[in-house]
Amino acid sequence: MFKRNGMEKGIESLLFISAVAAVLALFLLCIFLFRDGILLFRDYPLSSFLTEKSWYPTSINPRFGLLPLLLGSVIVTVGAIVFAVPLGIAAAIYISELASPRVADILKPFTEILAGIPSVVFGFFGLVVLVPYIQDAFDLRTGQIALTGSIILGIMALPTIISISEDAISSVPRSIKEGSLALGSTKWQTIHKVTVPAALSGISAAVMLGIGRAIGETMTVMMVTGNTAIIPGFPSGLFEPVRTMTATIALEMGEVPQGSDHFHALFAIGSVLFITTFIINIVAGHIKTRYKFKL
Amino acid sequence: MSDEFTNGTEIEVRGLNLWYGTNHALHDISIDIPKNSVTAFIGPSGCGKSTFLRCLNRMNDLIPGCRIEGKVNISSQDIYNKDVDVVDLRKKVGMVFQKPNPFPMSIHDNVAYGPRIHGAAKKEIGGIVEYALRSGALWDEVSGRLSTSALDLSGGQQQRLCIARTLAVKPEVILFDEPCSSLDPISTSKIEDLILELKKQYTIVIVTHNMQQAARISDHTAFFLLGDLIEFGRTEQIFESPQKKETEDYITGRFG
Repeated sequence: MFKRNGMEKGIESLLFISAVAAVLALFLLCIFLFRDGILLFRDYPLSSFLTEKSWYPTSINPRFGLLPLLLGSVIVTVGAIVFAVPLGIAAAIYISELASPRVADILKPFTEILAGIPSVVFGFFGLVVLVPYIQDAFDLRTGQIALTGSIILGIMALPTIISISEDAISSVPRSIKEGSLALGSTKWQTIHKVTVPAALSGISAAVMLGIGRAIGETMTVMMVTGNTAIIPGFPSGLFEPVRTMTATIALEMGEVPQGSDHFHALFAIGSVLFITTFIINIVAGHIKTRYKFKL
Repeated sequence: MSDEFTNGTEIEVRGLNLWYGTNHALHDISIDIPKNSVTAFIGPSGCGKSTFLRCLNRMNDLIPGCRIEGKVNISSQDIYNKDVDVVDLRKKVGMVFQKPNPFPMSIHDNVAYGPRIHGAAKKEIGGIVEYALRSGALWDEVSGRLSTSALDLSGGQQQRLCIARTLAVKPEVILFDEPCSSLDPISTSKIEDLILELKKQYTIVIVTHNMQQAARISDHTAFFLLGDLIEFGRTEQIFESPQKKETEDYITGRFG
């Protein structure tokens, strides 16, 4: 009888240790990231990091300007969102409200398969198919531009946006939709005046998570956006090569001497990236709980 | 049967059969529901009374595999005719559901929803909302907080809001599908009073599990059993001298 109790305790502590280990690992990772990032500011002023307009990490007078990389990430992400959000929400509405069960059963697994394709495959597809196409279509010197990255990233963010929005839309109670239809509204009026507004918190969370996925994506953007660290114009920058924060870290990390300013600058970039996605996730979580209505 | 009725017939059903897939759920139902009165459908669970109610505003259209044969005339119009627009039908035949189902919006917007989708002018909306909430016996309780969420109301208030929302569309017939089954006795009696008030202007059909409720508020009662309409007549007659043995057994509590 007493032995059993001891077993319970043992399992409990084992699970506790696992939970603590996961949190601790994450915590140490953050410390490491921020510590190495902050070390940059011993030799290089924070104000220059934030306001300097160029990124010349290897010149004799190195310049570590965050702006071209941050704005590169922003323009690619904004482009992806503009393209993926309407498409994703429309697809989610179609799957949950309009498609026959048979069609929905085919479409849903397909969107999930889309989420499983490795990013390098998307990048390869972008490089081989989309880049030459865009170059021809817009008559540009190169097809490796922000827009190409946006399109591919948009496609990659679609599964997240579709499946989370779809969950939100189909969890709107049937009784509410019936209430709307019984008042003589059409299917479409019910969808856009009742169902979608009722699912808005879930849809917003889906959009935020889609943004998070797009902004953190590395391999694909590196392969298709040209990687030129110049502050992009807006919206003309969509048609110019850009370089994102993620691509910078991936491209330069291999060649940088450990402990150099350049090394610390990459960690500083990593910290900015981390903070950005962290904020996005917090906001997504906040939207989800704040606008959740009781039914 | 119809010579018993003082009012004219609002809903005339002839030979209605309904199948869910291969399940024959309603058998050859014929009934004349009189205008400006309350007609109650009673019967044990699964007898088809709610299914039949949903035939009257074509809510069964939404259920895949549901097939209907027969005639349903409302105000002498065949509602299953191919030319009938269900939007117009449901505008004319409103429905209040078993569980209160307010939209997750403000009280005002819940009531304004129907008039808005049917194209009421902006300046008319305020008046319609007040009229509907007054008719729904809810105005005095909510007039000071129309912009707050409808989901913060009590269950009974939510149900009266749903009634008001239906009235705002100005229907001729209102179908109630066990409207009090999730409410406490006080809210139930408020809704019953409201139904008695509404029958002056509207034709009311109510499905109920509660036989006392049917006896209290209805003028006519129809008893359903296993997809058949067993008996239909004046409520006093059904409850005091039922003609069929099944009706008597049900009413005296031998089953159900």
